Amino acid sequence: MSDPRGFLSVDPQKPMPRPVHQRTKDYDELYQPMPPEGVRAQATRCMDCGIPFCHTGCPLGNLIPDWNDLVHRNRWEEALQALHDTNNFPEFTGKTCPAPCESACVLALNGAAVTIKTIEAAIVDKGWEMGWIVPHPPTRETGKSVGVIGSGPAGMAAAQQLRRAGHAVTVYERDDRPGGLMTYGIPDFKMGKEYVDKRVDQLQREGVKFVVNADVGRTIDPNDLAASHDALLLSVGATKPRDLDVPGRHLKGIGMAMPYLTQQNRRVADLEPEGEPILATGKNVVIIGGGDTAADCLGTCHRQGAKSVLQLDYNPRPPEHANPATPWPLWPKILRISPAHEEGGKRDWQIKTRHFQGDEQGRVKALHAVRVKQYFDEAGERQFQEMTGSELVFPCELVLLAIGFSGPESGLPQVLGLAMNESGAIQADRRYATSRPGVFAAGDCRRGQSIVVWAIAEGREAARHIDEFLTGRPSRLRGRDASPLVIELPKTLRS
Amino acid sequence: MNTSEFRSVPLPPVAEGLYDPSFERDACGVGFVAHLKGRKSHQIVQDGLLLLKNLQHRGACGCDKDTGDGAGILVQMPDPFFRAEAERFGLSLPEVGSYGVAFCFLPLEPDDRAECRRGVERIVADQRQRVLGWRSVPVVSTAIGWLARSREPVMEQLFIGCGEKTDAEDFERSLYVIRRRAEVWATKSGKTAAGTDFYIASCSSRTVIYKGMLKADQLGPYFPDLTQPGMESAIALVHSRYSTNTFPRWALAQPFHMLAHNGEINTLRGNATWLLARQHQMQSAALGDDLAKTLPLDFDGLSDSAVLDRALELLVHSGRSLPQALMMLVPEAYEGQKDLDPAIRGFFDYHRCLTEPWDGPAGLAFSDGSLIGATLDRNGLRPGRYVITEDDLVVCASEAGVLPVDASRVRSKGRLQPGKFFLVDTSDGCVYTDGEVKASVAARKPYAEWVRNNLTKLDDLPIAKIPEHDLTTLRHRQQAFGYTVEDLTRVLLPTAQDGQEPVSSMGTDIPLAVLSDRPQVLFNYFRQLFAQVTNPPIDPIREKIVMNTESLLGGEVNLLGETPEHARLLRLKSPMLADDDLARIREANKPGLKAHTIRTLFSRAEGESGLATAINRICTEAAEAVNNGATILVLSDRGVNAANVPVPILLAVAAVHHHLLRWGLRTRCGLVAETGEAKEVHHFALLIGFGAGAVNPYLVFETFHGLAAVNLLVDGNGNPIEHVKAVKNYRKAIDGGLLKVFSKMGISTLMSYRGGQIFEAIGLNKILVDQFFLGTPSRIEGIGLTEIARESLARHELGFPTDPRDESPELDAGGEIMWRRRGEHHMWNPETVQRLQHAVNSESYPTYKSFAKMSNDESRQLCTLRGLLDIKTVARPIPHELVEPAKEIVKRFFTGAMSFGSISKEAHETLAIALNRVGGRSNTGEGGEDPIRFKRDANGDLRGSAIKQVASGRFGVTANYLANAVEIQIKMAQGAKPGEGGQLPGHKVDSAIAKTRYSTPGVGLISPPPHHDIYSIEDLAQLIFDLKNANPHAEISVKLVAAAGVGTIAAGVTKGFADRILISGDSGGTGASPLSSIRHAGVPWELGLAETQQVLVRNGLRGRVRVQTDGQMKTGRDVIIAACLGAEEYGFATAPLIAMGCIMMRKCHLNTCPVGIATQDPVLRAQFAGTPEQIVNYLFFVAEEVRELLSEMGFRTLDEIVGRPDLLMARDLSGHWKAKHLNLAALLEKPAVAPGTPLRCVERQTDTLAEQIDWELIHNSKAALESLEHCSLSYQLTNRNRTVGTLLSYFVTAKHGETGLPEDTINVQFTGTAGQSFGAFVTKGITLSLRGEANDYVGKGLSGGKLIVAPPADASYVASENAVIGNVALYGATSGEAYFRGRGGERFAVRNSGAKAVVEGVGDHACEYMTGGVVVVLGSTGRNFAAGMSGGFAYVYDPDGTFRENCNTEMVDLVPVDEYKDIGVLGNLLNRHVLYTGSEVADAIVNDFAGELGNFVKVFPKDYRRVLEQSRAIQRQWELVNG
Repeated sequence: MSDPRGFLSVDPQKPMPRPVHQRTKDYDELYQPMPPEGVRAQATRCMDCGIPFCHTGCPLGNLIPDWNDLVHRNRWEEALQALHDTNNFPEFTGKTCPAPCESACVLALNGAAVTIKTIEAAIVDKGWEMGWIVPHPPTRETGKSVGVIGSGPAGMAAAQQLRRAGHAVTVYERDDRPGGLMTYGIPDFKMGKEYVDKRVDQLQREGVKFVVNADVGRTIDPNDLAASHDALLLSVGATKPRDLDVPGRHLKGIGMAMPYLTQQNRRVADLEPEGEPILATGKNVVIIGGGDTAADCLGTCHRQGAKSVLQLDYNPRPPEHANPATPWPLWPKILRISPAHEEGGKRDWQIKTRHFQGDEQGRVKALHAVRVKQYFDEAGERQFQEMTGSELVFPCELVLLAIGFSGPESGLPQVLGLAMNESGAIQADRRYATSRPGVFAAGDCRRGQSIVVWAIAEGREAARHIDEFLTGRPSRLRGRDASPLVIELPKTLRS
Repeated sequence: MNTSEFRSVPLPPVAEGLYDPSFERDACGVGFVAHLKGRKSHQIVQDGLLLLKNLQHRGACGCDKDTGDGAGILVQMPDPFFRAEAERFGLSLPEVGSYGVAFCFLPLEPDDRAECRRGVERIVADQRQRVLGWRSVPVVSTAIGWLARSREPVMEQLFIGCGEKTDAEDFERSLYVIRRRAEVWATKSGKTAAGTDFYIASCSSRTVIYKGMLKADQLGPYFPDLTQPGMESAIALVHSRYSTNTFPRWALAQPFHMLAHNGEINTLRGNATWLLARQHQMQSAALGDDLAKTLPLDFDGLSDSAVLDRALELLVHSGRSLPQALMMLVPEAYEGQKDLDPAIRGFFDYHRCLTEPWDGPAGLAFSDGSLIGATLDRNGLRPGRYVITEDDLVVCASEAGVLPVDASRVRSKGRLQPGKFFLVDTSDGCVYTDGEVKASVAARKPYAEWVRNNLTKLDDLPIAKIPEHDLTTLRHRQQAFGYTVEDLTRVLLPTAQDGQEPVSSMGTDIPLAVLSDRPQVLFNYFRQLFAQVTNPPIDPIREKIVMNTESLLGGEVNLLGETPEHARLLRLKSPMLADDDLARIREANKPGLKAHTIRTLFSRAEGESGLATAINRICTEAAEAVNNGATILVLSDRGVNAANVPVPILLAVAAVHHHLLRWGLRTRCGLVAETGEAKEVHHFALLIGFGAGAVNPYLVFETFHGLAAVNLLVDGNGNPIEHVKAVKNYRKAIDGGLLKVFSKMGISTLMSYRGGQIFEAIGLNKILVDQFFLGTPSRIEGIGLTEIARESLARHELGFPTDPRDESPELDAGGEIMWRRRGEHHMWNPETVQRLQHAVNSESYPTYKSFAKMSNDESRQLCTLRGLLDIKTVARPIPHELVEPAKEIVKRFFTGAMSFGSISKEAHETLAIALNRVGGRSNTGEGGEDPIRFKRDANGDLRGSAIKQVASGRFGVTANYLANAVEIQIKMAQGAKPGEGGQLPGHKVDSAIAKTRYSTPGVGLISPPPHHDIYSIEDLAQLIFDLKNANPHAEISVKLVAAAGVGTIAAGVTKGFADRILISGDSGGTGASPLSSIRHAGVPWELGLAETQQVLVRNGLRGRVRVQTDGQMKTGRDVIIAACLGAEEYGFATAPLIAMGCIMMRKCHLNTCPVGIATQDPVLRAQFAGTPEQIVNYLFFVAEEVRELLSEMGFRTLDEIVGRPDLLMARDLSGHWKAKHLNLAALLEKPAVAPGTPLRCVERQTDTLAEQIDWELIHNSKAALESLEHCSLSYQLTNRNRTVGTLLSYFVTAKHGETGLPEDTINVQFTGTAGQSFGAFVTKGITLSLRGEANDYVGKGLSGGKLIVAPPADASYVASENAVIGNVALYGATSGEAYFRGRGGERFAVRNSGAKAVVEGVGDHACEYMTGGVVVVLGSTGRNFAAGMSGGFAYVYDPDGTFRENCNTEMVDLVPVDEYKDIGVLGNLLNRHVLYTGSEVADAIVNDFAGELGNFVKVFPKDYRRVLEQSRAIQRQWELVNG
């Protein structure tokens, strides 16, 4: 295995973003690729831990120490193979994942983690460059068919796995292009859309059918799909946004983050943006929310040439480094500074929006807010208290709401008659089966809004269970925790 | 409290629960006295009895203080006595030599007794000899203890007259046949239950043996015969027994018919098996038809010594001489002796073809009535000293001084040497040297020529075509044989690179094979046994002169004959066969060498039942092949494909081995395994242990080809490794690993290991074991053939799936070493580690509980034996607050022995502070402790460890260290690598570590596998005694590792007066250990603890000792289960490490621990973030969980549940396809002893120090102790004065600390013979001067004192030619001086790290592992001088230039003494030697010092030299720069 003293002799190095003045002028990817030798050196820092916490930190169970070692030994093609073994689309995660693996890395205990994500991206980049990534169509057809509704990362991963197991797979996408959030949600400067296209192409060559502009539940009756396929998988995401119910919300210039981002992604793709254009150009913008979507909006605003951008968060400012509430190897709740934040704008915390003030044309003119303080009540529940005399007014012409998603849109599950859980997601058991036999759910629509890596993980696991459902025998698809060697225990001991 | 209050009656020795009488061991004192010219006298008998009495301390007694383990005496036929006795009841004996005496132990029950008598009489008549009459032997039963009396037999002697036309030799042989027939009859007719009821102690016309379950000093009083004036003999051979068990067993007292044995035969199982197997081919010209009547041999209920005696008699009575028979059975390590007489070499080479050595520590005294002698095992692991006087008295015994002999009468003195004879023929009055004996035996036949003409070497066979490798099916076959990614990357590749078995750390925490959900190879169900306490492991690296991996293959012939054809075998240098080696064997075409290959595959189509069918076929085919003349059977699993599944190769080998044994065919062929399954050392060890003579692991070699094909067979720099080189390295690793496995059981040669079955099975059922692995302990039942087949099929399915789409394109992850998702389950996994850390950091009991729940809850994943147990609810719960407080419970907690060196200073001190805060105990580990830590810090914290460990390396074990202990722990073995030593590489030895270990920074340190002062149970008792002297306030504990038989050892340890016994589990952590040791040696603590509890309770010993346990304990539930199984105290090691930040990197051996725990790297140590609070939190959490459980169970204190397995029950396991076959009844057995028999410790051990002469010394040196006044004292000593000076030294140390007193403040002059451990651990300011002689362990752990031993002024012998001290002098000495005028024994100054010594000659292995100090040798040395010596100097006087031959120069240079500094040191020591001892040798040298300097050789360790030169260079540079 790797050099056991590598972590002592090689300095950690993060990937370099392009200079701010340069990158804010375009929508190209903001990180410069790290030269292979640099990546190799970083891989040498991997300690080949007795318990590789990264390997659990990753929802996919990526074989991180294994491919780090392969990269260290310059065996890139095998590294790619090991990577694909657990992850259908390493470039999606390599470029967009917040990398819980890195926060779980043992080196993160005392210092800088191995740059796992960068290494992952480098492996897959090399794979595309060398032409190692090719379609793997199944050698035998099962004669079963599966309909996958939603072509985001969960749906695509499931589709690829199911297809490789020999099932006929049709993916239904309500947009005009497949990819879901990968296509229209994530800005191009985080990940170039050509990667989605290449994967869609790979899937198609493997035999997956894509049907776009297919708004199942509205233009297509899901019951028909259920009848025409042997199984259905819902991977429709959690696209119902949370809203802010305050006076003035109806004013023009106040909108949801996702349509804003989608419009820009379409523009970059030379497609006509849908609906009335929302642009930050020359405006004072307020973004409400503190997550990744808010940061994506921020970056987009800079690129559109906003006059000023202010990001407001209801929550207190998280600690900058360690947070005792989320000790290693947990995902730390700390202040995240994305490249977009380096590009400009201001952030403020503990701000509660009271109302919006409009001008005569009904356009938003200012945001009225108050500072709040967080406390915990006797039951241990988190509460907020307004601080008297802390009223604030922020003049603005554009307000973007990025305060999360509450779950899948209700139409489709309703038509199919699926049970929902308390948090508004589709209810599905450990085998990803919904309340309706033959209908499965995976990704954000099942687990609630989350990150891309979880979507792929759910898609893969759901595919295994659908495969088992269809064939009536243990799936041969690679599972996250299941080894083909394990002689299955009877249920009495498993329960 | 007094023991008499609970008179615990031991239970009889029948297998019950986890106890099995076959585990019993014994060792002892042995000796003889004889008149050289054969002049018989009663005095000799009296002397024998006195000698025995003086060996008393080497014997032992159990719960009854008046019952000994056994004592006895062999004398020549006392004709005047018997004649007079016979006349008293009207019997006239024929002339001497024409009658024999059978000394019978008869049943108490009159009818039984009469039947036994009749039985013997019938046999006598049938053998055409005459029954003359019975004599009732008078005994004084009141002279012995109640326990011995409870099973006392009736003693009678039968006089047998010589039949007509029988000459003396024939008559004696006939008496042997009579006795053997009587034994066979008794066994058949059930008259002998475990050898206790009917027994014949002796049956001879030449000798008679009196013995019984007696203490040494009871022998005379019990048998009035022995004190009758008519009881005359020219020889008296005596023996005093120390057994690990205490149930009265009269028949096991020694001497046996021809020998008395001190030690243990480690290879007994194999030897016995082979001897039984050879019966089928036995023919004897001497015994003729009578031979058959003496068979079958039956060893049931016999001790190892008794079995050896049987083998010896058989050889002797079938025509070999006593010395020849002994040379066959216990050969010396002749292989590496370059100057050995070729005839003698031929003798040994030849006889190796007849029988494997009986190996193990052995001091053997033997006699046939006129010859009397003694010999030692090849390693010299038992002591033996002799003296011959001017008036022809010969005294030889385990110790010197056992019979007072006036120095002026001494003609010569000496010691027995490894593998050498000391022989006296009383018929011709000669003493024979070893060389004379062996030369005369070797000259009997042209053995060397026979070997030359008949024995084939592998290279002699023509080259043959090897099977092609097939890379296209490689992966499929690897999968079918259970290969994982880890096997490739972490086992095979590193082995091919380094030629060594890979090393790992932090123990093992994966499920037992029988509990794993993954299909396990059969190898994983077996654990290696290992030596602890009753026998020592060997160091296969430093003492490789005694080791041998040669294997002989082919068919044997009659053991009792001697023909050239006996040598028609094939000789292999290594049991690992490369493909071309096997091809040659397969094609061999020579007389006696004919191979036959048997396929060991079963049909996939037949499913699970196919395995049994295949085994039947294989066994039948094997028997047929042998009957058709095959002499080598190759069991081959080549040819695995979709239709054919491999039979587990171990099963195939063991099945054939046992099948052939049953049919009497086994010795007619050798077994070779050609297998894809074997790849690790453990696999090879098992195959050999169950009978294979060689193994060809062809799939390993194909794997190398496969790795090479993808450019993975590369070295650390990425350069390709040639296939040949990879195979060579692999062989090197396997051979080295096998030697390690053999040596951990104290076995030196492969031939002795082969078929020895030195394993314990876990999780295999009795039917399976009895059929294929007969005799292997398997104590909790388990799976059978069906499940084994299912596992084979599951692996096969992976490689050759029914549905081709199920193909797994890669090997399975494995995850047995490093944790992996989709890999094997680990108890320490990401979830448990983080929960425990979060709990202790946030002081959150609920978080701890979630950790504990995850650890305890094995409903999802079975892992440990304790996980299979449930706590019963028998009582009503009691309120939580009534349970004893947590602060009381934590006092029972201790941490594992982790040395400063294996972990960092910060980590080590954090543990100590935490445990001291809660009143528990931390452990120094084996690396010593900085005296700064003995004092409290300003804040009240104490950084010193309460438990000071004494391990084999004795690093930093000084008088001061011991004096500051609360508890002193003798580490006999370590869970992660029992039976192995350790090594701290030079780069880890920084200045702080060097200081506490009394060594040199940068110089590597070796811990030997054995304690060189413990080769036997009575040696351990001696060390316990030494340590009690070194600190009378400390409790002494002994750390053992769980394995079958550990309970019996614990009984022996208790009888040796230990205060505590720690039973360590197999899975404990480690800083570095070979992979096969971590996973495959030792058993879980649950088994070891339960066995210990059962045996101690059975034997009424439990009340005398506290029992501790450890090994991957984590939670309160673990503590409760340990308590119920019998432990009072509980150890934690990995869990506290994790509490303070360990994240199970398993990198301890690489010094790269990123959290600063297991590293000495200052950069990494700075990362250490652990605190005592974390550990305190953890311990209190555990205690709280204990309280909750106690309250649920309805008990207030832990004491109430100690030893209550009835509070536990086996969980319902019916749902688990493997675990449901387990039977935990033996684990939960509660011995049915009388009510009131203690189940836990209720009393203190007897004070053994009361009679020490030191109390007088202390009293008389008060002035010196108090006010540093000089004082001179003088005393007379005998060999019963053991450990003289140590207690005095303790009082000096207690008062004056490390500095002690000024030189010579207390000066004691002794005369006489000092007992063992003279001057042990004596500190500065004490000078002990002895005129006389001393025994073993002089100056053990010398800590600054001065020791002088010289013969008395009136001695008539030449001092420099005679032994003046015993073996293992100055072991682990750290400072001080010692001057010995005369020769030392074996292993002089082993592990010396600072003492200076002068001696006039030494035995083998002197200065081994020495790291400091100076040794001057003024006479010849034995072999293997300076093995593993990494520091200090030795100056050897070598005028005839022979020293180099005897020196092991692997680690040392030999240089002339020409440096100014050397000359000064040497001259000074010589002058002092002359001054203190009056040495003539030294005086002569000093008088011509300049002229003699050239005759000295300086032994200069290479490592030490390098470091010294470096520091000198640095010094010079510094001087240059700074002027």
